[in-house]
Amino acid sequence: MQLTVWTYEGPPHVGAMRVATAMTDLHYVLHAPQGDTYADLLFTMIERRKKRPPVTFTTFQARDLGGDTSQLFMDAARDAQARFEPAAMIVGASCTGELIQDDPGGLAKTLGLPIPVIPLELPSYSKKENWGASETFYQLVRNLASHGPDKEPFDGVSCNIVGPTALGFRHRDDVREIVNLLEAFGVTVNVVAPLDAEVRDILRLKQADFNVCLYPETGMTACQWMKRQFKQPFTQTVPIGVGATIDFLKEVATLAGLSEDHVETFLQEHDSRLPWYSRSIDSTYLTGKRVFVFGDATHALSIARVAKEEMGYEVVGMGTYSREFARDVRELAESYGLEALITDDYLEVEDAIEQLQPELVLGSQMERHIAKRLGLPCAVISSPVHVQDFPARYSPQMGFEGANVLFDTLVHPLTMGLEEHLLHMFRDDFEFNDDAGPSHLGHSAKQKTNSKAAQTTETQKSVDLVWTQDAEQELKKIPFFVRGKARRNTEKYASTRGLAEITMETLYEAKSHFSR
Amino acid sequence: MSVNTASGISVPQPTGCSQRPILHERGQHEVFCGLTGIMWLHRKIQDAFFLIVGSRTCAHLMQSAAGVMIFAEPRFGTAIMEERDLAGIGDMHDELDAVVEKLLKRRPEIRLLFLVGSCPSEVIKLDLGRAAQRLSQRHNPSVRILNYSGSGIETTFTQGEDNCLASIVPTLPPEPKDAPANLMVVGALSDVVEDQFNRLFEEMGIGPVRFLPARLADDMPPVGENTVFLLAQPFLTETKRALEERGAKHIPAIFPLGAEGTTQWLKAAADVFNVSETTFESVVEKPRERAERAISQHREKLNGKSAFFFPDSQLEIPLARFLYEELGMDTSEVGTPYLNRNILAPDLNRLPDSMRVSEGQDVDRQLDRCRDDNPDIVVCGLGLANPLEVEGLTTKWSIELVFTPIQGYEQAGDLAELFARPLNRRTRLAV
Repeated sequence: MQLTVWTYEGPPHVGAMRVATAMTDLHYVLHAPQGDTYADLLFTMIERRKKRPPVTFTTFQARDLGGDTSQLFMDAARDAQARFEPAAMIVGASCTGELIQDDPGGLAKTLGLPIPVIPLELPSYSKKENWGASETFYQLVRNLASHGPDKEPFDGVSCNIVGPTALGFRHRDDVREIVNLLEAFGVTVNVVAPLDAEVRDILRLKQADFNVCLYPETGMTACQWMKRQFKQPFTQTVPIGVGATIDFLKEVATLAGLSEDHVETFLQEHDSRLPWYSRSIDSTYLTGKRVFVFGDATHALSIARVAKEEMGYEVVGMGTYSREFARDVRELAESYGLEALITDDYLEVEDAIEQLQPELVLGSQMERHIAKRLGLPCAVISSPVHVQDFPARYSPQMGFEGANVLFDTLVHPLTMGLEEHLLHMFRDDFEFNDDAGPSHLGHSAKQKTNSKAAQTTETQKSVDLVWTQDAEQELKKIPFFVRGKARRNTEKYASTRGLAEITMETLYEAKSHFSR
Repeated sequence: MSVNTASGISVPQPTGCSQRPILHERGQHEVFCGLTGIMWLHRKIQDAFFLIVGSRTCAHLMQSAAGVMIFAEPRFGTAIMEERDLAGIGDMHDELDAVVEKLLKRRPEIRLLFLVGSCPSEVIKLDLGRAAQRLSQRHNPSVRILNYSGSGIETTFTQGEDNCLASIVPTLPPEPKDAPANLMVVGALSDVVEDQFNRLFEEMGIGPVRFLPARLADDMPPVGENTVFLLAQPFLTETKRALEERGAKHIPAIFPLGAEGTTQWLKAAADVFNVSETTFESVVEKPRERAERAISQHREKLNGKSAFFFPDSQLEIPLARFLYEELGMDTSEVGTPYLNRNILAPDLNRLPDSMRVSEGQDVDRQLDRCRDDNPDIVVCGLGLANPLEVEGLTTKWSIELVFTPIQGYEQAGDLAELFARPLNRRTRLAV
């Protein structure tokens, strides 16, 4: 039994819903009690989808449990087929449905429906949403893809894009960006799935020469199966950031048999503004900003690399809630000299952020709330999502345009260059001070006075270290976003030198010691 | 017909239980389960914590349903059952005890803890009543531990609050037999509405008025044979039954929505306490007139429009009454997840016979009927609203009617405005 308040991922049947909703003519019959229909609003409200998710809930009640819940399931499946006439159906149970052990797969089979019916086994008490999406798409591919026509000769090179789903973080825009990128690069996109795919597109998957595994969390299992079954290799690089996009194109070139010259020529004609924006002198103030990165594995890995290599930040902490990909995240973290935080307990994440006092948090909506409480700037770079993460404008994370978007995303929450200098110079200015927050963000950024962080850092003084009054006064003149760090560094400096008292002198000694 | 209380006060019996035909539906329910009530209950009872014993789905529902993660540390959480719990590797009760221990250590200010049953905990027949008893003994007297079910196999949306309040009733302190007649208002109301009602009753000389639930665990009202109670919410079937078991008497009334609804509701209590006509009029005259004025501004736009209610909170019938009598709107279908004919008779009797009343739901068939009726405004849940807007229908999210103060005179205009706003928006937009 695990005590939780907020969760990073929903149950696995929500993952299956993301696949069913992504596709145009697939229907999901879910053996579930009333109340589980709440998941519809994820799609109609948060993602603002125009149609209800293609999901029929059997809605069994307590009084049905002694009776025939399997009949209820069969009626629901038969009615759903007649009403919605889908091209295929997936059937399964939610967490409660799993407990009553009605075997939706077997029951659906006895109905003899005129369409393919694919049973799903999604263990609700051990697996989670992304796994559920991945498994569902894999089952679709495994059950349907082989039945398509054999690969026909094609004049050119083609690939599938695998992994985007409904409710995915910027999937809609990433797909458009990457389809355009690949087509311009000279690779034909055969099928994108599951997002906006028809069931018969699944039958066409094997026509492609290789697969682009755009989101490993949801697409990797299917890609691995197609590699074994259809000899289709798949890409390992996720094209988030300039460097990763270039690496991705090189990888695609290798899989597509395109020359190095072709890549070079292409890169001369296509690029991102990020490299120049990062090199322009206005960005100097970004140097060494301490950032904390947390999200699903794909985004945590990619954004950590962008933060470090393309923005010049210092990654001081990183982690993921995607346990399935923990190893990759651990490896990258280790190469940065860090220990990755692998957890789905947001309280642990909160503790880590509070301890590290980063200058910028890059995370999900969960970290946005944590950062808000701690008074830290934050940008959202990963699921879990909220309605704000489906902007009206075109806003991909991937490809060259995605890199442009990321530059803006990763800079926007911060106090801007000259403003930061002025804050240092005129600390006691009555209207232009710490508590004002970045001027372009209005007053919303001003949260810290009663935040937990402010309180804890103020009381965190270790027992045997005493701050003299003048040192304490001087510390208060340091802008809030570095004050926590200054206090910790000074205390660390003092204790390693066995000082019992921290004077103004000690404060500046420490500042000089730790200056970067 | 009336019933006398021990203190000599008489309470009228509901009359003319409506005999209208009801369309009973069975099929996919597009409604929340009772856990959702925790969203407002944990704000209402300020030192209570709600611990759902359930699955990841329950936790996910809680953070998705209201779309809010606004509370730094909300006073609710989920003890998520895992595979090892179900496989019987660990003793579920030991696990639960450990979770409660950890929780109470973290939140020492908590005085009342609810163990809330969910679909999975009900299906595996985890005895939360036993757990609550055991834990109560262990944490007595600093924390009281109660249990109720918010599961989707047993409860719909607001029935969670009903079960929660019903679980409190047996723990209410007893009122002495010779206590004077006293009035209790039952059902979570926003604090501002509670204060307004309190003032009105005091001006009438009925007092002290007690509210259930109280804002603090230790302030829960006493109950006895001289307690008479008004329901402030229509969904309190079990709570009403539990209060009656403690000897309290229910005052039947229409629900306090709009100027007329509020007046009749107050009047029902005033009559029981023999408040004179003159006193009653002098107390309600001004606020009633304010409410009527506020409503009339919206009536101009809403008069003659038609509505369609999908089932959600059991507030549908009182709301349809308000739309019909006070705004001149017609409702083609009023759907409710569960119809308590007894509690709702006063409201139901005021609805025209032509109004279709449906109980339960088969959402696809109901959508068909809704499209056929083509109403001016559809009141429905969050899962349906946007898709219906795409089809050209105007919608009002029903959840807003539960999360917004709508009861009483001063909120009557706000309530009317909730229906006027979606139509107003349509006329403004030129894109």
